[in-house]
Amino acid sequence: MQMPTPNPETLANKQALRERLEAVLGKRGVIADERELKAYECDALTAYRCAPLLVILPESTEQVSAALKVCHEMRVPVVPRGAGTSLAGGAMPSADSVVLGVARMNAVLESDYADRIVKVQTGRTNLSVTGAVEADGFFYAPDPSSQLACAIAGNIAMNSGGAHCLKYGVTTNNLLGVTLVLMDGEVVELGGAHMDAGGLDLLGLICGSEGQLGVVTEATLRIVPKPEGAGPVLIGFDSNEVAGACVSDIIKAGILPVAIEFMDRVLIEVCEEFAKAGYPDCEALLIVEVEGSDAAIEHQLGLIKEITERHNPVAFRVAESADQAARIWAGRKAAFSAVGRISDYMCLDGTIPVSQLPYVLKRIGELSKQYGLGVGNVFHAGDGNMHPLIMYDANKPGDLETCEAMGADVLKLCVEVGGCLTGEHGVGIEKRDLMSDQFAPDDLDVQMAMKDVFDPMWLLNAAKVFPLDASQSRREAE
Amino acid sequence: MFAPTSEAELSEVVAGLSAAVRVLGGGTRGFVRGGDDVLSVAKLSGVSLYEPGALTLVAAAGTPLSEVETMLAGEGQRLAFEPMDHRVLLGTAGEPTLGGAVSANVSGPRRVAVGACRDFALGVRFVDGTGRVLMNGGRVMKNVTGYDLVKLLSGSYGTLGVLSEVSLKVLPVPETELTLVLDGQDCSQAVAAMSEALGSPYEVTGAAHVSGKTYLRLEGFEAAVRERFGKLRSALKAHGEGGEIGAEASVKLWRDIRDVRGLSEHGFVAKTSLRPSAQPAMLAALNEAFEVQVQLDWGGGLAWVGADMDNANAQDLLMFLQDYSAKSGGHTTLIKGPDVGPVFQPETAGVARLSDAVRQKFDPLKRLNPNLMSASS
Repeated sequence: MQMPTPNPETLANKQALRERLEAVLGKRGVIADERELKAYECDALTAYRCAPLLVILPESTEQVSAALKVCHEMRVPVVPRGAGTSLAGGAMPSADSVVLGVARMNAVLESDYADRIVKVQTGRTNLSVTGAVEADGFFYAPDPSSQLACAIAGNIAMNSGGAHCLKYGVTTNNLLGVTLVLMDGEVVELGGAHMDAGGLDLLGLICGSEGQLGVVTEATLRIVPKPEGAGPVLIGFDSNEVAGACVSDIIKAGILPVAIEFMDRVLIEVCEEFAKAGYPDCEALLIVEVEGSDAAIEHQLGLIKEITERHNPVAFRVAESADQAARIWAGRKAAFSAVGRISDYMCLDGTIPVSQLPYVLKRIGELSKQYGLGVGNVFHAGDGNMHPLIMYDANKPGDLETCEAMGADVLKLCVEVGGCLTGEHGVGIEKRDLMSDQFAPDDLDVQMAMKDVFDPMWLLNAAKVFPLDASQSRREAE
Repeated sequence: MFAPTSEAELSEVVAGLSAAVRVLGGGTRGFVRGGDDVLSVAKLSGVSLYEPGALTLVAAAGTPLSEVETMLAGEGQRLAFEPMDHRVLLGTAGEPTLGGAVSANVSGPRRVAVGACRDFALGVRFVDGTGRVLMNGGRVMKNVTGYDLVKLLSGSYGTLGVLSEVSLKVLPVPETELTLVLDGQDCSQAVAAMSEALGSPYEVTGAAHVSGKTYLRLEGFEAAVRERFGKLRSALKAHGEGGEIGAEASVKLWRDIRDVRGLSEHGFVAKTSLRPSAQPAMLAALNEAFEVQVQLDWGGGLAWVGADMDNANAQDLLMFLQDYSAKSGGHTTLIKGPDVGPVFQPETAGVARLSDAVRQKFDPLKRLNPNLMSASS
């Protein structure tokens, strides 16, 4: 992975920078020890690593502002980091950068059930936001698979989704306000506890901007009441095409499940072996979850059964108990770990129009043969967000490169059929150089112009999202 | 008037402009003021893609909303954000367009449950102030590829670019609906009842307060709606007995709430968006100082304020609402009335600076609706 050459001057100034940062954060807030820095050399995209110059762990918006001001004055690049669970390299440092970790800012600042909001510091983990309000019958809806570990800061940066966003939306649909610290230290409040923007929707621009426009230190999040109940059903089919058609028919029938998950044979077998979820032996598996009272769930499952029967399923299993429901989800939730146990893998994240599902799966199968790498498919079928897992051997010279080449072909395929490169993981460094396949130069230019507004010197997470050659003149401008 | 018939022609027109224009869809929403020449997108019309099984629709910006809604209804689907028809309140003529609804981020009562117009906008194509044809987002529901300019363009009132095409997520029309009505409540009691209802698991998709009555809408499959209605009614017992409004009357009731029909006789109408719990204190102070009629939507999050008064008093009223909004972290927009102050809530210095700079990038020559939104520096 090509990264800009570190600035030798910045490297040489390490000691002076460290002293200035310690002056505003205290010694406790600055990590300079080589061994400790190693812990920050990558995120969940572990194939690429680079230790930063320093790591800072501020404890308040004021400290973030003061630290950014120092970095701005000394022209030092800053890489914001939530919990480091990015699958796209969004938090990968450069050698001349300061990593700004928000982990110490994890307080709940306010929960208000009348207004159905919770305000948190953004180092708080996704699941613990729900943890703070669930005793009172509420939850925070976006549920990325990494929700136990990932931080709200990273969720906002990547506009994270999850399995249940078909009904509840992704981060941007559940974010009402932020405290944003700009690279020069200025603190700006966008949005609040009210429901819409009074002027330009800058909040909508910030969400999903991959930490390139500012550091979000506090967030006001919408919380929703927990449903009366939820019921998943497991449906097996003897072909991907039929499963895809069934998804479309369920949606057309006016049922709006909270989740529709799809697994192909490779994943069914790997997950079954690992999680012993009791999955049937078949080509394609759907997990469909509906919500409501017992009667409402029963009614919706009845309709789904009727629709499914027109497609000759090989299995149709309704969860009769909480235990059975958990077992239905167990395999799906363990999918990445199950594959990780048998092989190194690269997880893609392209989204396609649901109607293109059978064609894209067939093409992925052909690419798998062409490149000689195994691939399993698991994805959020209701919204077309695919997660092909390409398996490779990290110890075999050249295998990673082959895998990357195949991944690029799959993502180009997604764009070709009317979809996009990434549905919820973000561009980061991983898909940076494919952006020109999705966007014309002007479309990239207008996005980069937004960064010019918020971070004119291009110091924040600069070597991400945009192809290096496209952003070069801006990054290197004096 | 400029009325291009294709995106390419639109691009040529904008690139060739020598003075500012007012960008219009159907011109029914009354935001665009001033004497500049008109650039209409009404002739960019037509649905280019509709996949009911994928809940997606793509159409040219000038496509009439009525055409879109009829097409969706044919498949049992709809625009779930329930865009208001401003003609009822403003007495304007013309045909509301899809691009107009997105440009003004027009979201009706269901916003409180399912999200605003901007939450359903999946992609845009537009022409910026220099004539460049640009796109962002796409036609798929999950997309984090690059910056989200779709949200930014939604609700930008044509100040960043002229929309030529939008992609939207659509949703199924539920089998039926029922409305629970609580009578004889003041605004404060209404907000309390609506908050409790929206915090319950009974999936309330509309919570409004009009003329002393509080309305709570339930939608879904017949049996489920019936069941939830009973549960909601008992949960809200402390707030009153609770009457029932059947499906047909309910549909009409919510259309009137959506269009703010109750305030249509007033010469001055503004909307104030605050967190719901802040609204009762604002309204108490408002009623002390002015004679107004108020309709609450979004569970109290949105107050529509109607009045009839001379310009001096209208100016005081608008200033009162915008000052109060600034203090409690919300905003007030003037929807109807004489030119008595800023139509849009003045922004804090930091936000105004960023907004102006963003606008400068999209429209450096100040060609597009220059008199709208924050004053450009």
